[in-house]
Amino acid sequence: MQTIYTDVLVVGAGLAGERAAIEAAEAGFSAICLSLVPSRRSHSSAAMGGMQAAMGNCAKGEGDCPDVHFADTVKGSDWGCDQEVARMFADRAPIEMRQLAYWGVPWGRVVPGKGTYYKGGKLYDKEEKEENRGLINSRDFGGTAKWRTCYVSDGTGHSVLYTIDNVCAKLGVEVHDKTESISLIHDGVTCFGAVARCLRTGELRVYLAKATVIATGGFGRIYPGTTNAVICDGGGHITALNTGVVPMGNMEAVQFHPTGIVPTEILVTEGCRGDGGTLLDVNEERFMHVYEPEKQELASRDVVARWMTHHIRQGKGVKSPYGDHLWLDIRHLGEKHITGKLREVYEICTSFLGVDPIHQLIPVRPTHHYSMGGVRTNKDGKAYGLSGLFSVGEASCWDMHGFNRLGGNSLAETVVAGGIVGKKIAEFLQGAEVTFNSSVIDAEVKKQQERIQNVISCKAGTENVFKVRTAMQDALFKGANIFRTKEGLEECVATLQDTLARARKVGLKSNGKGVNPELSAALKIEGQVKMALMLSVGALNRTESRGSHNREDYPARNDRDWLTRTLAYWKNENDDMPTLAYEAATEIFHIPPGDRGYGKSEIIKADTKAEEKG
Amino acid sequence: MARLLKFNIFRYNPQDPESTPHMESFVLEETDSMTLFIVLNRIREEQDPSLQFDFCCRAGICGSCGMVINGRPGLACHTKTKDLPDEITLLPLPVYQLVGDLSVDTGSWFRELYDTVESWIHTSKAFDPTAQEERMEDSMAEAIYELDRCIECGCCVAACGTARMRPDFLGAAGINKVGRFLIDPRDERTERDYFEIIGNDMGIFGCMGLLACEDVCPKHMPLQNQLGFLRRKMGITALKSFFKK
Repeated sequence: MQTIYTDVLVVGAGLAGERAAIEAAEAGFSAICLSLVPSRRSHSSAAMGGMQAAMGNCAKGEGDCPDVHFADTVKGSDWGCDQEVARMFADRAPIEMRQLAYWGVPWGRVVPGKGTYYKGGKLYDKEEKEENRGLINSRDFGGTAKWRTCYVSDGTGHSVLYTIDNVCAKLGVEVHDKTESISLIHDGVTCFGAVARCLRTGELRVYLAKATVIATGGFGRIYPGTTNAVICDGGGHITALNTGVVPMGNMEAVQFHPTGIVPTEILVTEGCRGDGGTLLDVNEERFMHVYEPEKQELASRDVVARWMTHHIRQGKGVKSPYGDHLWLDIRHLGEKHITGKLREVYEICTSFLGVDPIHQLIPVRPTHHYSMGGVRTNKDGKAYGLSGLFSVGEASCWDMHGFNRLGGNSLAETVVAGGIVGKKIAEFLQGAEVTFNSSVIDAEVKKQQERIQNVISCKAGTENVFKVRTAMQDALFKGANIFRTKEGLEECVATLQDTLARARKVGLKSNGKGVNPELSAALKIEGQVKMALMLSVGALNRTESRGSHNREDYPARNDRDWLTRTLAYWKNENDDMPTLAYEAATEIFHIPPGDRGYGKSEIIKADTKAEEKG
Repeated sequence: MARLLKFNIFRYNPQDPESTPHMESFVLEETDSMTLFIVLNRIREEQDPSLQFDFCCRAGICGSCGMVINGRPGLACHTKTKDLPDEITLLPLPVYQLVGDLSVDTGSWFRELYDTVESWIHTSKAFDPTAQEERMEDSMAEAIYELDRCIECGCCVAACGTARMRPDFLGAAGINKVGRFLIDPRDERTERDYFEIIGNDMGIFGCMGLLACEDVCPKHMPLQNQLGFLRRKMGITALKSFFKK
């Protein structure tokens, strides 16, 4: 068995993981990133729109500052976020954007002079100041008071990931791609690294590290339709929840993006609406201004997705063989803008839909997009439950997003949190002494070898992994979607318990030799169903509506009983249900819970007495 | 009645001593908006779960799914079956090490390239977190992004005559990377420094000008112009240093 030692082991080589690795490397520590795919193919590369940071350089961003960004983020989260974390994030974001510029990101820059922009389909004038010529520019995104989203055309994630990966190459941060972490090595107190499977040969390897970081992104693939890449399957989360001591935070907080294209569920950026695109119904009429007079198409994603679904339910959707959808209209932005600042959107529409967005409408509907929940960490990125384990980026629940994240805040989170947590990891390493116990390592390796042998030999049964996966995905789609009810969630949980039993009986049809994709899927199916259960049981228990979590039977946001974060544990491997606990959403309030200014809903205030509710 | 499509797919699992390289056929009924992403996943889930191939974003952004489709390198995810005949042959990209079936190792190839061309900004300045960012004209930022758009799918290298003969050839993707840093005002390297990297047969002078790279690039990168521009630039650099001696 090949055993590799490193100071820091980062599982995942997207923006958050690599950014954290850079901090460790700059402090003189060795760092290795494991990745399912070559690092530049990580899903960070698909983020188009941009990163929110209060630069305040452009005319429509004038007067912006981290305080305003912080307030937007807290409101966006529907007061579900940790306010201390959101504050750290907003304060650091502008510095990180400059750091990225220094490393080579070709940010869009301010061009002085008079210009025009679209909002709600109407044309307005603006004038950029000469004194701001060449500073980092921003575009408009949903749920923000100012134009704050720094961008590189609509390939921001791509450009920043390539830049960060270049810095990794320069600093000697190793990337072991085509390598999949399948379990954490730990003794219930300390994490010592991971057992990984090589996706070039199928062999197992041991990675030992003083600090292990889970930075594997989202887990959208537990849903049937998602904008997420096929690698966003929760593999990193599964290794954490399988320890029994590391909880997942707010798994029920799932974001649906208003503009996934129909069919194929590929995302077109919020930048389309930020740059002035509008949503139209079957009659090719706008409707968002009726529901949200103030923010219109640019309310937060949870609110827009909810109204779109509501509008479709009112019979205003466009019928198609792939179900009802609505239209996104960017035709008025013109050819130059669409093939320049929205070039990726143009390419996706033409090559996947056969739609020319300069002259035609784009079929869209709300589609699963982002996981606010994940491996629960403290503000330093340290995972709850195990020393030496960290998590950062979408994989984590750090938790600046609460129950709804703003567009442009997650791509910014990857690098900002990566920098902050990376520094904390370097500090942790300065004084860290770790004793590796060979019997703990050997036991974990043996356990994984047996697990692999058992699915290959169909020891527990011959359930087909793909069919079990479909059953899990369909259950979530049906019961844990944009609108949720007690009945729907109860049915979802019941189906998932049956699915869990089936997942435990999966056996391979093929021989399992080498880099067998059926084996890869089989090794994570039980963990995926456990995550689906954490999500649906969390949603069933949460008898309120907050951000993206909408209970039709409990439409009010309940600050009296639910200003909390769900912590979901899977205490014993053979348990059939997760164990839930709760903690305060935030220890410190800079902004007390109030009205968001969009997505109006009933609020049960924190100081309401239980009996007054009636 | 929808078309019945026949897929001839290259099969070989180097990790299985009983496996030998061969072609295997699968038949599927065509559906609306069918892409090779849908086809290959359906074959894996319904017919042969051991079939190896690479997809990631499935949206033409990440560059994972380069393969040879009816003789031409391209991205499988955005290839629609309606644009293809009834019989479709899929082969792994050449040049790169085979992992199995349609999956190849582009990661190691490109990682080596980053070191060869030192694909990062070379600057003597230190980052000052308290200072405003250095200014740049928006047109310059756009010009850099135009060359930064390469998704490293490997199609240009797989289609390149020189790359097939010279294992050390940087390919259009590698040479373009040098061009990206050459125009970036933040990079302090001189033309002489770039000449050291690409002023040879491994670099710009290895290009035979066949330009299949430009034809197959799924992102429509301006590779022909880049190769021409750098060839002139490096030629002039060579002449200058000749006269200096």
